[in-house]
This record gives sequence, structure tokens and C-alpha cells, in this order.
Amino acid sequence: MSQMWTAKLRNKWQKELPIEKLLPDDQPAYVSSWIYVFGVLTLATLAVIIFSGIILAFQGPAWYHISKTGKFVNSLHFWSVQLFFVFMVIHLWGKFWMAAWRGNRFATWATGAVAFIASIATAFTGYLVQTNFDSQWISFEAKDGFNSVGVGAWFNVTNLGQMLLLHVAFLPAILGVLTVVHVLMVRKRGVVPPIDSEPSPVNEASK
Amino acid sequence: MSTNKEAKAEFDAAPWAGKTKRYDIVKEGTIALVFVFVLTVVLSLIMSSPDEPPLTFKGWAVSNPDNLYATAVQELAGTSGTATYGGPYNNASDGLNVGPLWLQKWAGVTHPIDAANDFVITPLSTQVLAPEIANAVATWKSAADSQRQAWATAYDDAITKVEGKLSDVAVGAYGPVPVLAQGLTDMAKSGALDAALLSQGGFFQTDNTKQILFFGDGAYLDDAGTAANLQGGTWGMMNETGRYPGQAWLWLYSFWYQIPPFNNGESKPIGANADAYIMVIMGLLSLGLILIPIIPVIRNLPMRIPIHRGIWRQYYQSQGIKRRKM
Repeated sequence: MSQMWTAKLRNKWQKELPIEKLLPDDQPAYVSSWIYVFGVLTLATLAVIIFSGIILAFQGPAWYHISKTGKFVNSLHFWSVQLFFVFMVIHLWGKFWMAAWRGNRFATWATGAVAFIASIATAFTGYLVQTNFDSQWISFEAKDGFNSVGVGAWFNVTNLGQMLLLHVAFLPAILGVLTVVHVLMVRKRGVVPPIDSEPSPVNEASK
Repeated sequence: MSTNKEAKAEFDAAPWAGKTKRYDIVKEGTIALVFVFVLTVVLSLIMSSPDEPPLTFKGWAVSNPDNLYATAVQELAGTSGTATYGGPYNNASDGLNVGPLWLQKWAGVTHPIDAANDFVITPLSTQVLAPEIANAVATWKSAADSQRQAWATAYDDAITKVEGKLSDVAVGAYGPVPVLAQGLTDMAKSGALDAALLSQGGFFQTDNTKQILFFGDGAYLDDAGTAANLQGGTWGMMNETGRYPGQAWLWLYSFWYQIPPFNNGESKPIGANADAYIMVIMGLLSLGLILIPIIPVIRNLPMRIPIHRGIWRQYYQSQGIKRRKM
């Protein structure tokens, strides 16, 4: 029984990330700064982006040109993306100055950094599928960069169909998986302790 | 020293055994979601979002017909930006390089474009043409490549000589080229060129490559980009039309285009290959971002610059922990 892959996976999961770690109701006392808010704000904004993006996907890329409701939903998508990057960049800088990779948290940092890069790619393709002058201009200008290093041979920014599919399917899937793995790693490893902190009788006694 | 470092790393990695406090992450997440949603709704209601209508070939033909006419001649002569581009559209040039790496050339031609046929002859051939234009198309198709080249190049040179002022072009042996260019300009004025370029004889089409490249060969798109302050030399990649924020997160990518040698196309080898060099630099910097935890000096900056003292101020005060000297 214990040789079953399913049983092995379950046992490993339960050992590494029990439900108490996944949904804890307490945190170390040092988790007391506004900087911690920006991680959850980034996640919340991502939810709004996905919500507004799904509505836009159902109606098609040209809907918002001709519908007031469409324009409003497009605006929700536009501004949530702007807020998403503001929150994420603050979160990223915060984690840098906290040296949040300490204590075997390299993978947590790396998945966050790759998610940041994936977010840029996702947003970029979003600008390409606006089906307006901006997307005409960006695709014409951006093609030279991608073509210059051979990437344009497969990633054709002037191909609306390709960019639309990447924007609504492939890239969000990558970003979604990275985000889930990143959050699970945060829960598994816990929030990095302060720089210069150390075990002390005060800590132990005050628990 | 290394023992201290190891002990510290072990302590950082171990589950926190110190003081804890109640922390409702589900409640925090719910409040964050409501806050962000309300903020987004308010911004959307007050600011809306940018949506400048796309340019059309009809608009180009009406507002600047001579430029569209001259661009059509360039496509026939093989002197336009697209016709001389190289990969992935054709083999007209080797493209850009980074030192010995000719990635653009090596990637090959994956989106073949024959500028004369795809931009001029094929769109005209989809139409019911006036006899004069139909004869010009037939003459072009039946002529040898060298003859076509001679006609179109002679006319292109003549137009260039008078700086695009078509009424001043000298009489010459231009074959059917003037009629073809006029036919395409008239077709664009009617609105038919937009659809013909996209469909290329098909029904379902989602690839706008040919339209975008043809636009870029003329002055219409470029002038519109300049008017909207979107040119690369003015941080164009991160700007948005109107007074809206653009892709500010591309600031570092745009930054390189503002400084020498990247902003000097005459400077070799870097300026002339700026697009390729900047892509490589950004790729390396992206890799650097991911690998910060193992990059000496940079990974120690947070310990040397005490911003963390502000972040964890309450904790340090409550524990009486002073800053350690590095």
C-alpha cells in the first residue's frame, strides 16, 4: 500500500504541508508591517483581473469598442492590471529588502520572480489584443526586438489570433500555476524571520 | 564564522518557535479583495480606459494618398522596410546580430512575405478592375523579374529624386508601375484594401502581419506614433495613447533606447544592432532577478542597508535587538 504513488504523494503532502500550515490562524509576532499587505493585495487584484478578463473573453476582443458595458469591463481589466503591477512591485521590493530568500526560501523567491516576468509577458500580449491603434503601434514596434533574437519566428506579435490565445489561455495558465506554487511555498516554509533575529529566552517564554 | 552562518541559516529555515499572534488570513484576503474591487470600480467609473481607433488603409489613402502611392512603388521595387527586412519574412538581409550570434538569420523565414505580390498585386487581383489597371496587372505578371525590377526601381528612384512630389516626377520607362500604384491607392480609398490584405483570398483570418508591416513601410503609422508620443526615443514602449498610464513595468527595457550607444543607429556594432543587444541584456537581467539570492554583493545589500529595521521596527524594539555591524 505504501508503495502506491498516490499514497506516497498524500503522505508527503500531509507531512510537508498539513492543513494547519496551509490555513494557519496565527503568525509569528514579527508579521506586523504594512509591507505584508502587498502580497495579498497582489493576489486580490489578480482575482479581479481574471474575473474581468473572463467576461471580456466571453464577449470577444472587439466588444468594448461598441458597448458601454464592454468599455466598463475593459476599464476594470485595465485598472486592475495597473494596480496589480503597483502592488506586485512593492511586494517584490519589500521581499528584496527583507532578504526573503533566507532559510531555504530560494524557490519561493524564484517562483515569485518568474511570476513577475510571466505577468509582464501576459500584460504585454494584452496590450497587443486591444484591437485599437495602440495595439497596431506596439505590435509594429515590438516585432523588431523579438525578430532580432530569432524569437519572432515563433512568437509573432503581429498575429492577433496567436497573441489572443496566448493572452487568454497559455500565459494565464503559466501565471496561475506559478502563483499557486509560490503561495504554497510561502505557507510551507513560513514567513521569513527578521534579519538579525535569533532564538532567545524572551521569545520562548512569551509564546 | 561559517559555523555562525550555518546556525543562522538553520534558524531562518526552522519553523518559528518564538512569539506568535492571532492572524486571520482568510479575513485579510476577503478585505483585500473587496478593497481592490471597489478601488478598480471607482477608477473605471472616473477614468474609463484608452481606446484610440485603429488606423486603416482607407484613412491613409484619404489623408496622405501620395505617401501610400510612393510606398506601393517601394513594395514593387523591393526597397521598402518589409522587402529588405530579412527573417522571419524573407532572405533579403541577414538581420541583426550580437557578436557571432546571428539569431535572426538562424531562425529562418517562418512568415514568408513577398512584398510586391502580397501588398500590391494580390490585393489588386481580388478586385473587378478597370481595364487600364487590369492590363497593368497582366503586364506585370507576364514580365520577367528583371524587367519588373527595372520599371519599379526606375520609378522609385524618380520619386525619391523629387522627394515624393509626384507631380514633379520626370517621364520615364516605368512600365505598368504608375498605374498599379494608382490602382492600389484608389482601392485603399474605397476601403477595399483593408479587407483584401487581411483575407488574401481566404475567409477565416486572424493574422494581421501583412497589414501591420505594410502600414509600417509608409509614413502614416509612424506619423501617428510620433503625434501620440509613442516613439521609442521618447520611452514609447511604455507609453499609452491619451493621458493613461501605459506599461510602466517596461521602463527598464525602454531605458536602454534612451542612452548611447543604443540610441545611435549609426554606432557599430551595438547601436546598429540595438534591438538584439537590448533583448539579450534584458534576458540576462531577468535571469539575474531570479538568481539574486545567489549573487554575491547584491544578496547582501538588504543586510547592509538597514531598510529592514523599518519593516520589522516593532519586533526589534520589543526584543531589544540592535543592528549588527557587517
